[in-house]
Amino acid sequence: MDKNGNAYTFIYASVMVVLVAAVLSFAAMKLKAPQDRNVEIEKQQSILKSLNIDVSADKAEQVYKKTITDSYIVNTKGDKVKGDAFTVNLKEEHAKPVDEQKLPVYVADLGDQGKKYIIPVRGTGLWGPIWGYLAFDSDLSTIYGATFDNEGETPGLGAQISTEGFQKQFAGKSIFNSEGKFVSIFVAKASEKGKANPKHSVDAISGGTITSKGLQKMLQDDLSKYTEFFKKLR
Amino acid sequence: MSDKEPLFSKKNLSLLTDPLNSKNPITVQVLGICSALAVTAQLKPAVVMSLAVMVVTAFSNFTISLLRNGIPNRIRIIVQLVVIAALVIVVDQLLKAYVYDVSKQLSVFVGLIITNCIIMGRLEAFALGNKPIPAFLDGIGNGAGYGLILVIVAFFRELLGSGTIWGYHVIPASWYIDNGGWYSNNGMMILPPMALITVGMIIWVQRSKNRDLIED
Repeated sequence: MDKNGNAYTFIYASVMVVLVAAVLSFAAMKLKAPQDRNVEIEKQQSILKSLNIDVSADKAEQVYKKTITDSYIVNTKGDKVKGDAFTVNLKEEHAKPVDEQKLPVYVADLGDQGKKYIIPVRGTGLWGPIWGYLAFDSDLSTIYGATFDNEGETPGLGAQISTEGFQKQFAGKSIFNSEGKFVSIFVAKASEKGKANPKHSVDAISGGTITSKGLQKMLQDDLSKYTEFFKKLR
Repeated sequence: MSDKEPLFSKKNLSLLTDPLNSKNPITVQVLGICSALAVTAQLKPAVVMSLAVMVVTAFSNFTISLLRNGIPNRIRIIVQLVVIAALVIVVDQLLKAYVYDVSKQLSVFVGLIITNCIIMGRLEAFALGNKPIPAFLDGIGNGAGYGLILVIVAFFRELLGSGTIWGYHVIPASWYIDNGGWYSNNGMMILPPMALITVGMIIWVQRSKNRDLIED
């Protein structure tokens, strides 16, 4: 057959496309189960990390079950609604009107250090989604620990939100001011340091302004939905 | 076969070593610059990216070389792209299933390998006209040449920009102005323009040592 003819070219392209599609779908199907499992374990690890507990992937499930004693879903009015908190997909929830959104809450028992309440947050950085978990002391204002992660922020710049150095800053900050008003956490650039109250602010990432400000907006938006729940629980 | 070439003949060895210096894909052929600027703010992602590119160049070179006598000339670029894209997707899926933390570190860069000009450049220039084994070695060599420059650039950017190497602090804390010293990290080093300037300096040093590379 003429290798430069139309017929050969068409047949070659069709066979190639079908073969490649078959290989890729086979790989995707075969690998789906371990991939989903990895995502689940990672979520458990992140939740534990907001409590400053670092566990390896193989121990995550065991430690998670022991530490997280309760989890439930609330709405913006602060009432509990039915459902499993762990399977709530924040991306889907954010697409709904605020009143209908399911807001997951995880409760951890750290023994001597008391109960901690863990709230998941999700927002947008520069290149894609960023998300994280914040653990609150039982006064529901003071942050006990925080962890953030990102999909595609620039390494060395925006992606630094996933480093311990950045996350450590959050411990001890509070999201309500002394009059009980919700103020969230301000992520201050070097030039903004003067006007920020150190009780309610952390340092931004240099060179990662858009990610830092995205993180600030994420905290403001997502934590504000819980204010009613916090008031009721306190 | 009596005329069978040994795997590491002089010719094959030069396939591996030439890209490290006189045929370097970044500093001589000026390919793959975009990712070289994006991933070199720190050493770790630069190394992981280099390894990933090396795997993809080697195996796509190998595959295209196997297919080289059957590929219709008019759609050869499309065939190359399909091979590269399929390989990258499979690699990405495998990483996600079995080494999840590495896959998370690479994030978007795995996908970006598809657009790396070095890979298509080597397929066009080498794999289409050579046997699979030399093509495989050529892929490893070019991946390594790319990686070498990435690591050098990332080393200087991380050291001068963040004061760390591989995430560990190497500049004594007491040197910093905040702690009463005299030193401050150069924030400009972590911005992309400094990567370009660093690559430019490497090209400068390389050409002053190797005069053959200087064009008229």
